[in-house]
Amino acid sequence: MWLAAALAALQLLMAALGLKGNGEVMAAVRPVAVVQGVLAIVAMGVLIAVFWRSDMSVALVAANSHSAKPWLYKVAGAWGNHEGSMLLWVTILGLAGGAVALLERRLPERTLIATLGAQAAIALGFYAFLLFASNPFARLEPAPADGMGLNPLLQDPGLAFHPPTLYAGYVGLSVAFSFAVGALVTRDVGREFARAMRPWVLGAWIFLTLGITAGSYWAYYELGWGGWWFWDPVENASLMPWLAATALLHSVTVLATRDGLRAWTVMLAVVAFSMSMLGTFLVRSGILTSVHAFAVDPRRGAFILALLVIYIGGALVLFAARVGTVRQGTMFDPVSREGGLVANNLLLSVILGIVLIGTLYPIVAAGFGVQLSVGPPFFNKAAGPIALLLVAIMAVGPLLRWRRDEAQAVIARATWPIAATAFAFAGLIVFAMPIGVLPLLGLSAATGLAVASVAPLWKRDLRRTPLFTWGMVIAHLGIAVSLAGMACDAAFTAERLIALRPGDATRIGPYRVTLDGISPVVADNWSALQAQLTVTRDGGSRRLYPQSRTFTDPPTTTSESAIATVLDGQLYTVLGVADGRGRWQLRLWWKPFVTLIWFGGVLVALGGALSLLGRVRPRRRSRPEPAWL
Amino acid sequence: MTRRVLWLPLVGFALLFAVVASGLMRPADRTVRSALIGKPLPAFSLPPLIPGKPGLSSAAMAGQGPRLLNVFASWCVPCVAEAPQLMRLKAAGVPIDAIAIRDTTPAIRRFLARVGDPYARIGDDRVSAVQLSLGSSGVPETFLIDGKGIVVRQYVGDIRPEQVDEILADFRKLR
Amino acid sequence: MRILLPIVLALSPAIALAQSTAPAALADTQLADPTQEAAAKALMETLRCVVCQGQSIADSDATMAGDMRALVRQRIQAGESPIAIRDWLIGRYGDYISYDPPLSAATSLLWATPVLLLGLGVWIARASFRRRR
Repeated sequence: MWLAAALAALQLLMAALGLKGNGEVMAAVRPVAVVQGVLAIVAMGVLIAVFWRSDMSVALVAANSHSAKPWLYKVAGAWGNHEGSMLLWVTILGLAGGAVALLERRLPERTLIATLGAQAAIALGFYAFLLFASNPFARLEPAPADGMGLNPLLQDPGLAFHPPTLYAGYVGLSVAFSFAVGALVTRDVGREFARAMRPWVLGAWIFLTLGITAGSYWAYYELGWGGWWFWDPVENASLMPWLAATALLHSVTVLATRDGLRAWTVMLAVVAFSMSMLGTFLVRSGILTSVHAFAVDPRRGAFILALLVIYIGGALVLFAARVGTVRQGTMFDPVSREGGLVANNLLLSVILGIVLIGTLYPIVAAGFGVQLSVGPPFFNKAAGPIALLLVAIMAVGPLLRWRRDEAQAVIARATWPIAATAFAFAGLIVFAMPIGVLPLLGLSAATGLAVASVAPLWKRDLRRTPLFTWGMVIAHLGIAVSLAGMACDAAFTAERLIALRPGDATRIGPYRVTLDGISPVVADNWSALQAQLTVTRDGGSRRLYPQSRTFTDPPTTTSESAIATVLDGQLYTVLGVADGRGRWQLRLWWKPFVTLIWFGGVLVALGGALSLLGRVRPRRRSRPEPAWL
Repeated sequence: MTRRVLWLPLVGFALLFAVVASGLMRPADRTVRSALIGKPLPAFSLPPLIPGKPGLSSAAMAGQGPRLLNVFASWCVPCVAEAPQLMRLKAAGVPIDAIAIRDTTPAIRRFLARVGDPYARIGDDRVSAVQLSLGSSGVPETFLIDGKGIVVRQYVGDIRPEQVDEILADFRKLR
Repeated sequence: MRILLPIVLALSPAIALAQSTAPAALADTQLADPTQEAAAKALMETLRCVVCQGQSIADSDATMAGDMRALVRQRIQAGESPIAIRDWLIGRYGDYISYDPPLSAATSLLWATPVLLLGLGVWIARASFRRRR
């Protein structure tokens, strides 16, 4: 078990050294990268197997698992802790490195080798981290009879899905980073570089989108207060790489199509990966207080920080020294597709900056002896208006022509979206007031964006529209859908907090909720009090079973919400405590169209996937051509 | 774009590094301190919790010389741990008043019978209202109040044996 | 994890006991007047729970958060303005209690961030545009 990781580290060293030489050594780098990927997968497989068998002689298993746990959580428990999640990270890193080595054919050989070298350097750092600071296979003598169990908040199907997706995204950005470093080393920043990097950025971005969407939904139903985004440091840590990756995705398109924004794109690739490393650091070091901080250890934080300094600091020095020698790219006209994309990058970067500074500001303030909190009100006020501006750019951007466009013509093309926005705005003011300013603007903007995002398909032969255009349309539509969901949730959520005796009923939104009774439930590793609720709407009725769970290993109480999902929203029910006089506290929310938030997220990812397919397929066809590109 | 601009990202990153590294070096002080230090005790009046022991009000505390105000609860484990220290302070002549947070008469009786009773008065704070007005963020916490009713110091968490001398010194300074 | 677990184990009886006392009257009961309730809710979302790990009092299970919700609702019901309640709490707990950092010397840089970044961004982006003929 040990051997796999150690051997992989050794081979990585070879790969890193290989970069310095040439000829035969260069030829050997590709296979080495592949083998390293395979070895990392083996190591991860072994860890999962150990968790599966509940082998308590492994310290990590004993600390985080319990033999009475359902099998899904035993397996997912393998990455539900610090060591395992770092191994998962490295595994995905190895996998990505291997994939680059196997699949990448467009890049000039030298740049590719430099890329693989950078990739190897990153992996090497993380292997060192794993082996010296957080070995997942450390033994425990003597083996305890049973494990301590996994944090109950993590005992959820979400754990099986959320971390691997997010990590795949983080690590995908490392590929973009390696590409950037590789290109800086060989000074080869141009269209081919952008086209080669684009699928990787796109892939990473899809995973990030899915990971954040899943994480948000998980927090939504698990924390039991109906919130889906808290501007919590750990959430921000996952949002920042996404913002950077989204900006990168758009700037790489400019680079690929118009050969502009060279230095900026390279810079963004570095920033995107530093954000994912910073994210890992913030989550692991525990320097910020968070609801989601589960495995915190400052010493390990220091290790990640050291890696961060080596890679990002190194890359930025390289950037400062080398980018001056990279030829200046094409200049743009302000009113043009490029101009729109530059504005997109600008606004995304500003939001990224706001989130970053807002997240870290309490640390800075603490340095000056001031204790303060920066939370949702700040982020909403500071980033909200800029996000709305971004939505406007997003709506108009795809309607712009490359190179040069006329302002009047653009306004003419945007007539329908503008009309839709105005119509929605007026309609909301007349029928739905009072709602907050941000939800009002958000909902109007979402309407306009939805119309604008399908506008590029207008008068086009749908069968001949390229897949990546479809991808863009669907991704932008997804943002509109998600935004609409957020605004609806903020504007129209109805809340009912009430203490009921069994038999009592109450009304919430379109529903009538009856508490039929409370009964105990027992499972393998928890026991619970469960409420039986009958919810009726327009004659149809169904039952919901919110629980208040008490876990035995480790002993903790959680509330398990019960949610009825219907087409026009969700009924969210939570069981609270008893008041000692036979009544039970219930928290009920009717959230119209809240599901759109995550549905939109999935649409965005789907758009990304279509786009990826559209970019990769024509490339396959052109592969037999000589690598003159 | 001039050459110098290109070093900006590195400078930005160095700043970022400085921030997070300092955060890592000096683990953040997570205790939320009361902002009332140096200010007068807020006005409050709490009913008694157990018969025979008076309740507590800010008016009754005024003009009686310096004293400690202990915020505690029978359901709080660290409160049991600090009880011997409070008994020592009482033996040294420090008057101690108390506010019991979300507690019941029988529970407090059992608690005092088990760990000793250092309190001159106990106010019953069912919904933590007075605790909130003191800027106290948990149990146990102890405030040092001077003769004029000004909050002089706050001791967050259970009082450790080694803190007793320090508190006594703080107390004697006020006389 | 390993360091935290014993603490959790030690605290669990306390948690169990704390739950036996009934929560404050307005902790989980809405105000009758929907406008007042909306004002209270909006304020609660901006107040930080002092015993939890970074949650607002509007979405925390902690009993102390419940007591703070009760306090907010009571004062709103008595006709106090949300700003006055927030200032009262800041007077007790310092700026830490408010997720909406009040404008002061220490936070001026934070609130200037959006404008500064936007300015910097426009300045950088300007370089890549050519003037219209």
